[in-house]
Amino acid sequence: MAKAQKGQTRVITGNAVGAYGAMLCRPEVVAAYPITPQSELAEQLAQFVSNGVLDAEYVEVEGENSAMNVALAASVAGARAFTATSSYGLVFMYDALQEASGFRTPVVMVNANRETPGIHAVSSGQQDMISARDTGWVQIIVENDQEILDQIIIAFRLAEDYNIQLPVMVNYDGFYLSYLAEAVEIPNIEDVDAFLAPLKKQPGRQKLVPGVSIGCGTHGMEMGYVEARYKHCQALERAKNKVDEIDKAFGDYFGRYYHGQIEEYRTDDADIIIVASGSATGTVRTVIDTKREAGIKVGLVKLRLFRPFPAERLIKALKGKKAIGVIDRSLCFGWKYGPICMELRALSPEIGPTPILSYIDGLANLDITVPHIGRVIDEVGAAAQGKPYQEVTWIPMEE
Amino acid sequence: MVIKHKNIFKTESAWSNADEVLLCLDTGSWRTERPVLDKEKCNYCGLCALYCPPQCMKDMGDHYEADLAYCKGCGICATECPRKAFAMVPEGEFVDG
Repeated sequence: MAKAQKGQTRVITGNAVGAYGAMLCRPEVVAAYPITPQSELAEQLAQFVSNGVLDAEYVEVEGENSAMNVALAASVAGARAFTATSSYGLVFMYDALQEASGFRTPVVMVNANRETPGIHAVSSGQQDMISARDTGWVQIIVENDQEILDQIIIAFRLAEDYNIQLPVMVNYDGFYLSYLAEAVEIPNIEDVDAFLAPLKKQPGRQKLVPGVSIGCGTHGMEMGYVEARYKHCQALERAKNKVDEIDKAFGDYFGRYYHGQIEEYRTDDADIIIVASGSATGTVRTVIDTKREAGIKVGLVKLRLFRPFPAERLIKALKGKKAIGVIDRSLCFGWKYGPICMELRALSPEIGPTPILSYIDGLANLDITVPHIGRVIDEVGAAAQGKPYQEVTWIPMEE
Repeated sequence: MVIKHKNIFKTESAWSNADEVLLCLDTGSWRTERPVLDKEKCNYCGLCALYCPPQCMKDMGDHYEADLAYCKGCGICATECPRKAFAMVPEGEFVDG
């Protein structure tokens, strides 16, 4: 495959980027309900449809539950379907999320991360995405605006892969990325067509056709249920290597690599590792560079894939390290560690007896600042030298 | 892990061909009453089929009949029928009930 032509560079917000990303993939059905901080995306996509840039059926639904049901039904009927939501919207479509994955529909959804109900926070946080962990979706977390666009394209390539057939959620930090305008290269639509073209060469997936007596998802009694769930779990396992594979193909073609399931930054000779995800990883990199100048051997593992959890690659990256610090922008109710830290601790037998320090920070739009990350690195460094450490730290509560 | 199970579904997703096999709930066994049609009253309007929750009304050409493998006996057909053509009869009154 040759290389893509250089795209057009524009300075636009993360939400607008999301709309561009979706439009470039030519979804046939879009069903979205506006919600802060995603609204601009839903509006921009509607604009694309109304001015003829995007030839799609835009269904103006009365709520998010309908949005997901429309998207998954369209997908069952064979259409390429897209939707976008956040927080309360994601929670409101919880049953439909599971229908979408249970039916193995390749719906692609953007989720602008925001805190969830209970404490009425109109602010950033990954709690919504984390709460949808067990819905059977593939969940990708992005760091910046360019990555939003690129990951939507990658998401369609992954979702519609014949060996995967799963819905994919692209998550970006609401408020931070949704409203942040950055320079973004928007690829030419012909190049996106070319990148997605291999999907058309696959065997066709089963579709709902009028007049044909065929059922989807409703026929899962006993062993039918077990078989369908087993296949679903196996597909999620396959998705891990597929993410790496598609990432490489994307990089070879468009010139931007994201390193698949996880990105490692200065980890090779590192004694200690900071694990983070989303927009905060940019700050973590900056602090790591500063600490490196002071002779501290610290590296970053950026978690890009939350589901399926990139166990094998994390083990490889973290094995033998002297201490690990995990920054979570959400909570795991009933477990004292942050959710990503809790998941990571499940790999302890493979990683080895290494101190793993859990940090809760950046909830409700509170910044994960340079001093915060500096503190995390200092404490993880001390733990690596065998000093006593605190297992869980809610950084804002100690300030 | 050794898989001994033979796949029920031909496709990756749980699709089944309803003409060949219905791997769904045996909802007919839930029934305590069944709808019995008085053909004299039925004018083949089709409202019973539209309202039937499990969509088990069979089109017989000049009237509708519930597929007893799936009819739960909810009685919505009998309630909605404008001509009151369905009677809900207790299962105990049938030999096969």
